[in-house]
Amino acid sequence: MEYELPKIFPCGDQALSIEFGDSIDPKINRKVLQLFDRLRARPFQGITDLIPSYRALLIQYDPRILSTEDLKTFLRGQWPGLGQAISPQGKIITIPVHYGGSFGPDLVEVAETHGMTPAEVIALHSAVTYRVYMIGFTPGFPFLGGLDPRLHTPRKKSPREKVPAGSVGIADQQTGIYSLDSPGGWQLIGRTPVKLFDLSREEPLLLGAGDRVLFQPITEKEFENY
Amino acid sequence: MRTIRVIKPGPLTTVQDLGRWGFQDRGVPVSGAVDQYALRLGNLIVGNREGEAGLEITLGGWEAEFVQEVSFALTGAESAARLNEEEVGFWRRIAASKGDRLFIDHSRTGARIYLALAGGIAVPPVMGSKSTYLRGGFGGYQGRALRKGDSLDCGPAREAGLPEIPLGLRPAYSDHPTLRVVLGPQDEEIADQGLSTFRAAPYVLTPQMDRMGCRLEGPRITHRRGPDIISDGTSFGSIQIPGNGQPIILLADRQTTGGYVKIAAVIAVDWPLIAQALPGRTIRFEAVGLAEAQKSYFQRESALARFLKS
Repeated sequence: MEYELPKIFPCGDQALSIEFGDSIDPKINRKVLQLFDRLRARPFQGITDLIPSYRALLIQYDPRILSTEDLKTFLRGQWPGLGQAISPQGKIITIPVHYGGSFGPDLVEVAETHGMTPAEVIALHSAVTYRVYMIGFTPGFPFLGGLDPRLHTPRKKSPREKVPAGSVGIADQQTGIYSLDSPGGWQLIGRTPVKLFDLSREEPLLLGAGDRVLFQPITEKEFENY
Repeated sequence: MRTIRVIKPGPLTTVQDLGRWGFQDRGVPVSGAVDQYALRLGNLIVGNREGEAGLEITLGGWEAEFVQEVSFALTGAESAARLNEEEVGFWRRIAASKGDRLFIDHSRTGARIYLALAGGIAVPPVMGSKSTYLRGGFGGYQGRALRKGDSLDCGPAREAGLPEIPLGLRPAYSDHPTLRVVLGPQDEEIADQGLSTFRAAPYVLTPQMDRMGCRLEGPRITHRRGPDIISDGTSFGSIQIPGNGQPIILLADRQTTGGYVKIAAVIAVDWPLIAQALPGRTIRFEAVGLAEAQKSYFQRESALARFLKS
């Protein structure tokens, strides 16, 4: 549910959490990203970092430079303009994925859970242009919204100790891509050869909140030759 | 230029500065010194910028040889330390000559010791910071903890620095600290009984602590509805209450977002207390207002600024 007016909560004495609603909803997330874009665009002395998420924006600041009252006054002045303007569109990125086999060890089980064939799961998963709601968990890991309800699957009962970077997974209504080798509990249905986080690139982090992602099925051979 | 060579690295020593800022929206943790105030003071003693990179030596057990002469300072958890045969103290500038050896015993007073070297540690910055992010394997010294045989370079020394930091400006560490907190952002998700418990009961720091966070054990803190929230941003000192009702205090390498209820966050001026707490120690929480929390922070920073001017 979207709040009529955003709510402001302290997160310690050097951060404020601005909440726009209490559900995963593109309208709510658009407001988060609009405020995020505005604060980023304006050189705000005293703001040290910003963390956008599904329905909230965390603003970290130094109260010696920017008082809490001044920050709150500025924010309240922003409320009327939010949600109305067409938010700047992020870029659309096509992510090649090889589904199944050793790259997607849970694909068969996910298919069986939903009474489908693996091919049907792949078709449904790759048909949607997903919205990046936020990046979190590890550098570059996107939380993607828009997964077909027919594919909603709970997390694995026991998380894996190591999920390889590039793994594409499903957890409840979310889909995402592991950006680093890490422990993980998502249902793994495929893997991408694309690096979401690569320090040798000029832009190490491929995706940001507000971008959109389309998965494109590729063969194992295409994966190897990528 | 090559300045110090590691002989015994101790359980976990990493290069850290005051953190990697501006990339948390992309999932990149801040990292940096867990006890930032101690690192800042060490840097000021040796004449560095406050935010210069130093070594975070967890629990001591350190031995190193100085390959070049350099001024250094030890701050953080006071431990028995020697330069060759001579005992050296914390919070003061010490001159090392080429060939000198620095020994730091296993620390009994606190978790983290900081070694600041004049000129700072010369490692390539990654995304604007020299801090090590261990999970990601980047930053600091080759993205990892130091090992025997590693050699570190220092930059050119800047200024003379200070002979020592007076007692009144050093952090007031405590064996069994009371951490002042500001409630929120999800304190409303905690049952009334849970809030009373949190504000009154003692919690013990378990051995499950690292640069990401520390887990406490004690009376269960209950939720109104459940422990899960729609993931949102975290800060240093944020206190999560997962399903088992046992608090987790988030530290430097914490994930940028989290899906557990956050009942409160430790106030900035008390961050050194949690940075130094050892397993087995008792911790209590005291809820304070935002204004009071910030006032303490302003007082500390003003006192430091006044001292530096004089």
